[in-house]
Amino acid sequence: MIRHVILRVMSKLLIPVIMLFALYVQFHGDYGPGGGFQAGVIFGAAIILYALMFGLETAKAVFPPRVLQFLVATGVLIYGGTGIAAIVEGGQFLDYSVLAHDPVHGQHLGIFLVELGVGITVAAVMTTIFFEFAGRGRRDV
Amino acid sequence: MIDVVHIFLFTFLAVMAIAVIRLKDLFAAVMLMGIFSLVSASLFTVMDAVDVAFTEAAVGAGISTVLMLATLSLTTSKESTLFQRSQPMALIAVMLLGSALVYATFDMPRYGDPAAPIHHHVANDYINRTESDIGVPNMVTAILASYRGYDTWGETTVIFTACVGVMLLLGGARTFYRWRRREDGEEEGTP
Repeated sequence: MIRHVILRVMSKLLIPVIMLFALYVQFHGDYGPGGGFQAGVIFGAAIILYALMFGLETAKAVFPPRVLQFLVATGVLIYGGTGIAAIVEGGQFLDYSVLAHDPVHGQHLGIFLVELGVGITVAAVMTTIFFEFAGRGRRDV
Repeated sequence: MIDVVHIFLFTFLAVMAIAVIRLKDLFAAVMLMGIFSLVSASLFTVMDAVDVAFTEAAVGAGISTVLMLATLSLTTSKESTLFQRSQPMALIAVMLLGSALVYATFDMPRYGDPAAPIHHHVANDYINRTESDIGVPNMVTAILASYRGYDTWGETTVIFTACVGVMLLLGGARTFYRWRRREDGEEEGTP
């Protein structure tokens, strides 16, 4: 890997920008194109680029697979939890209007939480699948 | 002018599809599939479907290509020539199906036709209500996350299930080897 100096320097420069762009797509999805799914994929792509450039073991040290597996379930639970919270507040499943005093504010909050859940799950799933594929050929099990 | 761009991009797609079928080198085929996705994404952008184009570029051109390459590194990058006999029946079946699909498109409304059913079912309802109901400028986000929240919930669980499946299939072997090694060790220990 020491030979690819240009690739390493360029990816070091690019990875923070890609992650920042993913966060922008995540939280700006209400106003422009984008949303949780796209943001999750872009964030996962940044982690995968890191793993490609600096090795699978380094990437696994930064993003431990156990934490990623935890995040895979956390995103789904945030989404489902938003739906359950709407039931608890007296509405129907995934009816965000009851989440705040004003129905429009409730919708904003609900969409924000739901997109956050989707983003966390997608980013963790993409990274986990890549780690599983890339670690498959190894005999150090 | 925009028709020229459409025809150019669609021709490009068709040429690349034929090239992918004819290529025996799977590495080149995967790369062409990535470019295919990127051209589809530009086509969606030209058709003003920016959200779809965004997803196509990120998933089709980005993640899928990387996963395909990871798979190739586990297998081989040459296509197997074991079943390479010419199959006239298969060709006839594909031609029949293709012409049936082309025939079906004659019944579809023209692209951008304002009288098409898609513009008269629920679309007007969404366009009129999003501003007062949800107040989110991006209508696609409003429909995906709120009006069609159940669908997106289903998609999220599908992604979750896919991850669990991959972990069971690819990660499960590790546990199995460890278990078998322990079994062997115990058998050696207690002869």
